[in-house]
Amino acid sequence: MNGIGLWTLLRKEILRFWKVLLQTVAAPVLTALLYLLVFAQALEGRVEVYPGVAYSVFLIPGLAMMSILQNAFANSSSSLIQSKITGNIAFILIAPLSHLEFLLAYLLAAALRGLLVGAGVLLAGFWVVDLPLAYPLWVLVWACLAALAFAAIGVIAGIWADKFDHLSGVQNFIILPLTFLSGVFYSIHSLPPFWLAVSQANPVFYMIDGFRYGFFAQADVSPWLGLAVALPFTLILCGVAMQLIMRGYKLRH
Amino acid sequence: MEFANSSDVGCPVFPAVELTGLSKRYRQVEALRGVNLTIAEGEFFALLGPNGAGKTTLINILAGLTRATRGQARVLGFDVRNHYLEARRRLGVVPQELVFDPFFSVREALQFQSGYFGLAHNTAWIDELIARLGLSDKADTNMRQLSGGMKRRVLVAQALVHKPPVIILDEPTAGVDVELRQSLWAFIRELNRAGHTILLTTHYLEEAQQLCNRVAMLRQGEIVALDTTANLMASSDSLEAAFVRIMAQ
Repeated sequence: MNGIGLWTLLRKEILRFWKVLLQTVAAPVLTALLYLLVFAQALEGRVEVYPGVAYSVFLIPGLAMMSILQNAFANSSSSLIQSKITGNIAFILIAPLSHLEFLLAYLLAAALRGLLVGAGVLLAGFWVVDLPLAYPLWVLVWACLAALAFAAIGVIAGIWADKFDHLSGVQNFIILPLTFLSGVFYSIHSLPPFWLAVSQANPVFYMIDGFRYGFFAQADVSPWLGLAVALPFTLILCGVAMQLIMRGYKLRH
Repeated sequence: MEFANSSDVGCPVFPAVELTGLSKRYRQVEALRGVNLTIAEGEFFALLGPNGAGKTTLINILAGLTRATRGQARVLGFDVRNHYLEARRRLGVVPQELVFDPFFSVREALQFQSGYFGLAHNTAWIDELIARLGLSDKADTNMRQLSGGMKRRVLVAQALVHKPPVIILDEPTAGVDVELRQSLWAFIRELNRAGHTILLTTHYLEEAQQLCNRVAMLRQGEIVALDTTANLMASSDSLEAAFVRIMAQ
């Protein structure tokens, strides 16, 4: 195990987003708060998803989770595609880093960025509304699991993509629908049967629902059922990312 | 300066580089065709050939950036595929392209490269590399702000940061001014005298003539000449004349 190598690559990946914190953390937090402002303004008092929970309060955990997912994905995918296009990924590929060390460094750095953005949204949420926190451990478990899953999707997409256009396609045609059709803005029980079924087949729904359970102690499904869906989903994604790295797919020609 | 080699650690002495039946095919193009080559420890070896001869493919296979279709490549006895971690620890590669990470300074780039190789406390050697390669006043400058020549120096420093016993230089002086060439070759010669094996590719054949003990010439993925520099020049005025003659055959 090249522990120093793993730590160095992880540190490099963290520094990469830390050096442009305004763009990588502050801007996504602001975007989430703008969603909150607009949707809460439009729907506050008209919609009550959970009994006794104001819509703006209901919305905050969903927005935090959406930010975690999108930023974890953005970090690993953009880092890999940039390194591939500029060619500096060669510095990592010629180093004595194992496949697992390579994967872990990208996953952990991306998950950390997602969690930082999510924490920023939640901090702002605690500041503007009276947000309960029923089960902090569930909040942490779901935040970490979701961040890892989307960091892994980012690794897969970053390895697969040959140009930024490819990444943009994944972002717009996979990540965005997955996150928007997952109950960020509503309870899936308010949906017609077809879209209810679609949402129930979406692993991101279980992540957001479980995360929300940590705050409100109520959710659309049991968090344990959610875990039974989301944990294998995350492990499969990590496994696929690992396979691509081991095969050197689009990395070693 | 101290350098590791296979005999230092009580291992049997293996060739620095050993290629056996090495082939690489990219769809319709056969970049390497069953190359056999052995480079002994401590050699200063030139790999010459026209553009597209397969030099960079061969180097990339040794570095682990490209996977061979057939055959084996070993660095100090370690197969670059099956024992890739051990092989990579013993290899330093200066790539042909001016690649860099635009987020970081020269010193950060060197510290990261050192860390990837498992070296956490390498400041003294990094400082020495920075000084020896004339980068002292640019050490804290972002890589984006360096000239091409300065970026090339950083690439050399990155390849040497873990004191590898085998160093591969893929056209290290392409587009580089005379002053840097001279200081770079003085440094590389010093490393070679200290025990490093050097594998050099270059289009400046006078450099290969002056520096290298042995030369291999590649044409269309095959070795068409392999001998000492002196023998290759026996019936020619220069290595360049010998190269032109052999390539024309």
